[in-house]
Formats: sequence, structure tokens, C-alpha cells
Amino acid sequence: MSNELIEFVLVSIAMLGIGIYGLAVKRNAIRMLFAVEIIVNAANLNLVAFARFMPHSGGQTLALFSIAIAAAEVAVGLALIIVAYRMYKNIDIADFRSLKG
Amino acid sequence: MADALFLAISVLTIGSAIAALEMRSLVYGSIALMGTLGGVAAFYVMLDSPFVAMFQLAVYVGSIAVLILFTVMLVKRELIFKKIEDPKRKLAGIGLMLIVILALGAIIMDSGIKTITTDSDPVDFREIGGDFLTYYWPALIMMALILAGSVMGALVLARREDTIENE
Repeated sequence: MSNELIEFVLVSIAMLGIGIYGLAVKRNAIRMLFAVEIIVNAANLNLVAFARFMPHSGGQTLALFSIAIAAAEVAVGLALIIVAYRMYKNIDIADFRSLKG
Repeated sequence: MADALFLAISVLTIGSAIAALEMRSLVYGSIALMGTLGGVAAFYVMLDSPFVAMFQLAVYVGSIAVLILFTVMLVKRELIFKKIEDPKRKLAGIGLMLIVILALGAIIMDSGIKTITTDSDPVDFREIGGDFLTYYWPALIMMALILAGSVMGALVLARREDTIENE
């Protein structure tokens, strides 16, 4: 193994920072979903990296579960965005002021 | 020390993560997100976890990115190219990002994990399959139910009720 654990952790911290920036700045609902995906991927990268350096299968198993849950989350999130878009004709989250149908 | 391949993949991953958030068009943004997800899959291959890498490619690059692309296509053309953000908030967001990266980076660099290396063999992926079917089987069934439930929930949410009334 030529790479060290710290390198993977630093890449994952950078991805976490970019994701937090996207969540804080963007008001576009689809872009906020991109930011959430980037944060989830940073977490999964951490899981797999730590699992490699203390050889144990648990980290990879948990990462696989996490990927599957993220797929479910994106499906529901995109459906919510489509419903909100149909209701407000916009994807700016500042316009989503009320949730009544 | 990091080798050239690692540096190239991390530049691809982080660069396309920034591009996904900053590109003007949402379509190019979602293609850049595919680059990030593919870069993470390459990291998994470097970490000797080919099973997770294949799962990442199949689920993230193959289905989630395509799902996002289709959703972007359903949105009006002007909205795809419109950037919605305040300049003041952008500066605050960049500050927040730098604080998070520097603080977490300082904590990590100060901790003991800087020196961790390993010479042990990677985990065999057959072991993961065994884990799934023995110790984690209730979690696997729960996950199947959650996925089915979320697909049904997404279908119910996105259903149009007005089309039936108009006929």
C-alpha cells in the first residue's frame, strides 16, 4: 500500500468543505442535492479508507449500505423537487415558502 | 508521500466537485458530478476495495447521476442556466468552507493518524458477501424494504393527479 491514510482523509475533508459551501450558498434545489451527494461520498471514502488501514470487512459493508441508502434518498429528494417545481414553477428554495398543497 | 496517480485522481475529484456546484448549466454540472463520483470510485480501487468501487459505479454513476440528469431535463430551460445565489452569501460560504477545511485539517494533522501505514493484505471481497448473508442479514432485508418503500414514495409524490380529472 503506497498511499497513507492521511491523504485519503484530507481529500475527504476537502470534499466535505465543498459540500458545506454548496449547501450554504446555493439556493437552487438541484444544486443543494449535488452538495449533499458530495458530502455523502466524502463520508463513504472515509469509511473505506479507515477499513483498509485496519483490515476489517465492516467498513466496506457499512459503505455499501450507505451507498444504497443514498440512492433511496436521492430518489425521494428528486421526487420532492419535481413536486415543488410543479407547484411553484421554480427551483429556487427561497420560493418554497409554504408547504400546503 | 502521495504518488502522481493519487494526485491526478484527487485533482479530478475535487475539481469536478467544484465544477458541479459552480458551472452555469445544470446539465454540465451533473456531468461534472459524475466525474466526482467516478473519482471516488477510483479511490476505492486504490484502497483495494474493488467490490465497493463496482457498487459505486453501478449505483452512483450509473443510476443516480442519470436520474439527476433526467430531472434537470424536466426543468424549464431558463432555470437550468440561471444562477441563484447572493454575492454576500457566497463570500460567507467560502469563509465557512475555509474554516471547516482548515480546522478539520489542523485537527487531523495534529492527531496520530498521520503516521498510520499498513502492510497487511486487503480484505477479501468474499468476506463482505459472507458478512451480508450471515451477520447483517436483517439489515439487508430492511434495506430491501427501505428501497422498495422509497421507490413507491417517489412514485406517489411525482404522480400527477390533474391528468385523471381532465379526461
